[in-house]
Amino acid sequence: MAEVKHIKVTIDNITVEVPQGTTILQAARMIGGDVVPPAMCYYSKLEGSGGKCRTCLVEVAKGSEADPRPMPKLVASCRTGVMDGMEVRNITSDRVKDARNGVVEFLLLNHPLDCPICDQAGECHLQDLGYEHGKEATRYEFKRRTFEKHDLGPYIQLHMTRCILCYRCVYTADQLTEKRVHGVLSRGDHAEIATYIEKSLDNNFIGNVIDVCPVGALTDKTFRFKNRVWFTKPVLAHRECKSCCGKVTLWQRGDQVLRVTARKDQWGEVEEWICNECRFDKKSTSDWTIEGPAQVSRHSVISQGHYEKLVQPKETFTAVHDGRQPQLLMDIHSVSEVNDKTAKTKS
Amino acid sequence: MERLTNRAKVMEQKPMSFMESLYLPAIFKGMAITFMHLFKKKATINYPEQQRPFSPVFRGLHVLNRDEEGRENCTACGLCAVACPAEAITMEAAERKSNEEHLYREEKYAAKYEINMLRCIFCGLCEEACPKDAIYLSETFAPSSFTRKSFIYSKDELLIPHPVNEPEKFAAAKGAREARQKN
Repeated sequence: MAEVKHIKVTIDNITVEVPQGTTILQAARMIGGDVVPPAMCYYSKLEGSGGKCRTCLVEVAKGSEADPRPMPKLVASCRTGVMDGMEVRNITSDRVKDARNGVVEFLLLNHPLDCPICDQAGECHLQDLGYEHGKEATRYEFKRRTFEKHDLGPYIQLHMTRCILCYRCVYTADQLTEKRVHGVLSRGDHAEIATYIEKSLDNNFIGNVIDVCPVGALTDKTFRFKNRVWFTKPVLAHRECKSCCGKVTLWQRGDQVLRVTARKDQWGEVEEWICNECRFDKKSTSDWTIEGPAQVSRHSVISQGHYEKLVQPKETFTAVHDGRQPQLLMDIHSVSEVNDKTAKTKS
Repeated sequence: MERLTNRAKVMEQKPMSFMESLYLPAIFKGMAITFMHLFKKKATINYPEQQRPFSPVFRGLHVLNRDEEGRENCTACGLCAVACPAEAITMEAAERKSNEEHLYREEKYAAKYEINMLRCIFCGLCEEACPKDAIYLSETFAPSSFTRKSFIYSKDELLIPHPVNEPEKFAAAKGAREARQKN
């Protein structure tokens, strides 16, 4: 095999040597930290992904050593290969920041912002992105696009209104399963993820589309409204599985396994794909060998939940009063008009 | 013995004068002060009959709000519970059925919503965290009780009266709130 030539690239004044053929985004990920552009559609494990969401736009201040002219427009870092001596500006460029704010505004244009309902909230990439770059209010005055609900079978819930059309789930189905039955239909504003004829997605690896979805468009039906992400505790576990690696993250509340997902790396990408059996059917701790708690960034909301399990308070009154019952028990309804029980009407 | 510090003071003990040894002038002086207080303004009120107005920033028991059609605002998003420093709030969510649109405002609602008033410190962070204006702190106290169980308030206790079916009660509950917001 021929020796791969290493070339130098400078991103935000940090120089790194990368093999030829690397994209700017991957070179930035080799540096790590704040210089990594966010990516909503690019997924390093999926071939051909990227170039759709435009959140990873960067400025190329110097094309290469041979041709030092800057690139006239901002480029999508996930699809642009590095050149020797290239100088890239990401967070040091005001143009990039401005463009990214604009891209986030466009992504949120039709987004319903129903985060209080959405099961993805807390681990949503669009939420993180909006938190960092978003505006407080929308400038969009028209009706947001909404879609009819499509039924994708017993496991996967599709909320098309939340979709940002990143195509990740399409690539996942293309590259992991034998036959893809869903895709993007229609064009422009009407483009939607659907199966055309109502059909459930039932391939054994199709559950991975839930993990790759950067927003809450594809969510786990077995976890639907069960709990909020930040009240569940991620635990690494594995099991012997015939069809996949069996390495997963269990999301537990107390001893209860509420959700099973694949393990994700620091970029929010799946480390190894898991099968539907592991994901949807094995919802008990006895099915799994627990390895230990998963690492959660302390800035993440997932580390903020401290509720463990429900503890019923023990009544001590009769025990300390020789078995006598209390004589007077005040009722909130006798003192308060606000918290009035009689007013609770079933209309 | 040598002193440890030089801060100790030697007490002077003078013998009492004749007027002082009578004690009576001092007693009358003290009684005069006591008598004067009978005519001063009282610092206390007769509590159950009279009640003091609440401060505009008073934070009392929680109330779960409804919108103007009487649908529950809460969507069980869990932000109040995660904001709660005392970990007093627990909830369970459920999906709204197709014939329940008049009961709940959003697709998801709180099937169970409990606040442990023994844990609650009435900081009002739940009210600040709520994205749906669903929970706020009213101007009521939690009544005293002997059992711990009676301090766990569920949706029965927390929900505000229905604005369409019981407009007076709703207005009474809401009125204090709106006056507070104006201040």
